Amino acid sequence: MNEHAYTTIPGIKPPLQRRKAVNYSSASSTAIGVFTGFFEWFGSLGIFSWQVLRAALTPPFEWRELIRQLDEVGSKSFPLVALAGAAIGVVISLEARYSLGRFGAKSLFPATLVYSVVQVMGPIITGLVVSGRVGAGIGAELASMKVTEQIDAIEASAINPYRLLVATRILACILMLPLLTLAADACGLMTGWFAQNLVDPLSFHQFIESGFKGATFNAFLPPTFKTAVYGLIIGLIACFQGMRTRGGAAGVGRAATNSVVLGSLFIILADVVLVKFILVVFP
Amino acid sequence: MGSSYDIAAKQIKPESGSAVPVVAVENLQKSFGSQKVLNGINLSVSRGETLAVLGRSGTGKSVLLRMIIGLEHPDSGSVRIDGQDIAELALDRMGEIRRKMGFLFQHAALYDSLTISENVAFPLAHHRREMSKTARADRAKELLDEVGLKGGFEKMPSDISGGMQKRVGLARALALEPEILLLDEPTAGLDPISSGEINELILKLQREHQMASIVVTHDLHSARTIADRLTILNEGNVVIEGTFEDLQQSDIQFVKDFLQQS
Repeated sequence: MNEHAYTTIPGIKPPLQRRKAVNYSSASSTAIGVFTGFFEWFGSLGIFSWQVLRAALTPPFEWRELIRQLDEVGSKSFPLVALAGAAIGVVISLEARYSLGRFGAKSLFPATLVYSVVQVMGPIITGLVVSGRVGAGIGAELASMKVTEQIDAIEASAINPYRLLVATRILACILMLPLLTLAADACGLMTGWFAQNLVDPLSFHQFIESGFKGATFNAFLPPTFKTAVYGLIIGLIACFQGMRTRGGAAGVGRAATNSVVLGSLFIILADVVLVKFILVVFP
Repeated sequence: MGSSYDIAAKQIKPESGSAVPVVAVENLQKSFGSQKVLNGINLSVSRGETLAVLGRSGTGKSVLLRMIIGLEHPDSGSVRIDGQDIAELALDRMGEIRRKMGFLFQHAALYDSLTISENVAFPLAHHRREMSKTARADRAKELLDEVGLKGGFEKMPSDISGGMQKRVGLARALALEPEILLLDEPTAGLDPISSGEINELILKLQREHQMASIVVTHDLHSARTIADRLTILNEGNVVIEGTFEDLQQSDIQFVKDFLQQS
């Protein structure tokens, strides 16, 4: 039976209800599903965060696992972060030399490089690189433990998995991100200066003196230490995705992907807020 | 309701009198979404006794076991361990209760980043912090020896067979010298010889440690070998509970079919 059998007059749309009834119903239920799913996700994240906080603040503290995670997040991310920082230093150096040259402001090169690397690119690049490496690792590891009942086995052994697995990983991310950022900044400044030095010789001493001239702690410490918030985001999102995994290998894959995608997205969104916050609080 | 079988459930109430059961489950109900998994289960186990829980796949046997150790929460009803309702316990008190229990998971659930020896020493590392690393490793070797593993303690779980994984899981479950042993399908997926060895091992441990044990299994032969009492679940209800002879004499059609097919 043809559902469009009613008479249609060219140029006049058929009655709304009849025309799109099924599509609207399906679209609205999808929209409601997305809407409730969005709030459910944040609600679950809130409950999860509370459980982690409670576990983290009550003894016994899992020092051994924390040290292992500091190594996992910090030492093992160092080469990648250093390389990314170094690459960013060269890119900014090339771009700055060209742009400043056009405006006859070459003398500003050291300060431009220092501020660009330390205040802007170093923190965000470190956050995104660590989100990719550590976020995916934590998400996949916890998800795999979840689907193979290893987390249940930990709980059945009267060990709090939030304290042992989650709090330690989040704390390691919070502590290591600022240190990794410093490493990325240092590598970026070194390679940026090196790239400049090849074209237009400038001693490293001159470069540093000129770049940091008049700089205050307020200019450099808040942008570096804001990455502790990135660490919180990376650890929290990855642990949350891992611990709520269902299903087998597909669930593990989803957890790893979501950890990276959501972690990176929230880092960028948090950066918007943090930059404004730093400008207001540390003028 | 909805079953073709006449379920004349002979559910027992937890034993009353002087001996308080170590594990007492009262009117336990659990649903996942619209699916009712457990529909008012009662059972109890005393010290030194082994209860086998049988039933078809998906009848909530493993869920029952997970609720006893607090990994799942009941919709209604209670689980009492040594007379204490675990739903009323704070997290730290629940930890104390869990330390009295050993749990063997269906697929052993060994920590895949740790060696066999480290797996067994894992609960000791967290609950016997006064023990040195060497003492924990020695105790792990003793436990592995007790479950019949004589070597290869530094192998990873992925490098050993399913039967050996079950033994390691059992050794880990025994690490804190539990008063209650919960075994989820201890012989599932094993060949008859390995199954027989695991059954012998469970009997030996029962004799030596006098624990209260609940064994969830499909394997009627295993249940008959290791259990003092058997209970059969169907559609979330206890169909019958008693000794193997009681089950054999039952005129409930489901029980007859179950025994015949097993």
